Amino acid sequence: MRILHAASLAAALLTAGSALAHDYRAGSVEIDHPWSRATPPNANVGGGYLTLRNDGEEPDRLIGGSSPAAERVEIHTMEMEGDVMRMRQLPDGVEIPAGGTAELAPGGMHLMLIGLAAPLVEGERVPLTLEFEKAGSVEVELAIDAIGAGGAADAHSGH
Amino acid sequence: MRRARIVLLAGAAIAVLASAYAASLVVSRGPVAGSGGLVSSTGTAAIGGPFSMIDDRGERVTEADLTGKPSVIFFGFTYCPDVCPTTLFELTALMERLGSSADDVNFVMVSVDPERDTPEILHEYVKAFDQRFRGFTGTQEEVDRITEAYKVQVERVETEQSYTMNHTASVYLMDSDNRFFGTISYHEDQNAALAKLERLAGA
Repeated sequence: MRILHAASLAAALLTAGSALAHDYRAGSVEIDHPWSRATPPNANVGGGYLTLRNDGEEPDRLIGGSSPAAERVEIHTMEMEGDVMRMRQLPDGVEIPAGGTAELAPGGMHLMLIGLAAPLVEGERVPLTLEFEKAGSVEVELAIDAIGAGGAADAHSGH
Repeated sequence: MRRARIVLLAGAAIAVLASAYAASLVVSRGPVAGSGGLVSSTGTAAIGGPFSMIDDRGERVTEADLTGKPSVIFFGFTYCPDVCPTTLFELTALMERLGSSADDVNFVMVSVDPERDTPEILHEYVKAFDQRFRGFTGTQEEVDRITEAYKVQVERVETEQSYTMNHTASVYLMDSDNRFFGTISYHEDQNAALAKLERLAGA
């Protein structure tokens, strides 16, 4: 498992090409810009966002993940029903259709980093292993953005 | 445990019915929501009321502590990855734009998850955004009382290993007599939200 991780990390580094590109590949799935927000002190959870593109002939599925920064990583979704924010776990993960895209973004599907070992700090990177049904596991890094990144009061909208 | 869950479910069901009723009374939504639609003539709207909770410094707090200043009240929980920190961050940005008049407004986050949100945890959480934020928590009964008074929907959702909370994401605006003044909806246009806060601060 450790060797597999090392191999996929090496592969990710090679395909990423540069740190600025910040994208990764697992099999036919491209993982674009995994990021999260800085968390307040004492916060036990953080989100994780990324875009998955599948240029293969078969659908794949993001089924889970893990990170040394958190006790566990789950896949959740959030939706607004009127004024009510509803969240639920997606135990079967997220499908990435053949030739299609799945987006985990604020206000919708997201990774939940639960049981944070320490607050997420803006500017830092957090290791994260993503598990795909077919493509296997790949190590990526979550880029930690500002605490309010991606919201209505966010001055920059580079996501 | 089973009994507690049934009580919670029953509470949630009551909250849902109550908020649906309240929404039919006072919450006007639609394509023009956010373009100034403050609710102005609902009489004594059935939103708000007496409560007794513990603030983030561990002290007892009631509705009387808010009287005399208008209040901005957000219901949330610290195990919330997206809506709650984003809302607090947006409120912080609005407080900066309000300038010194923000000092004359109560800014409160009320926990809907007292099981995990102790006063200490809430304290560090809200103060990370702005020192003027206060956090209220309490026993489950005390939280139930304030969420019922404010017609806030709260629903506990089990996950494989834990739970999360569904809740009303709107920010409640109350005037200096603790009467319902309006709401700011989730991701409302920030200029419209600022205009509401300016009206609230001057009310």
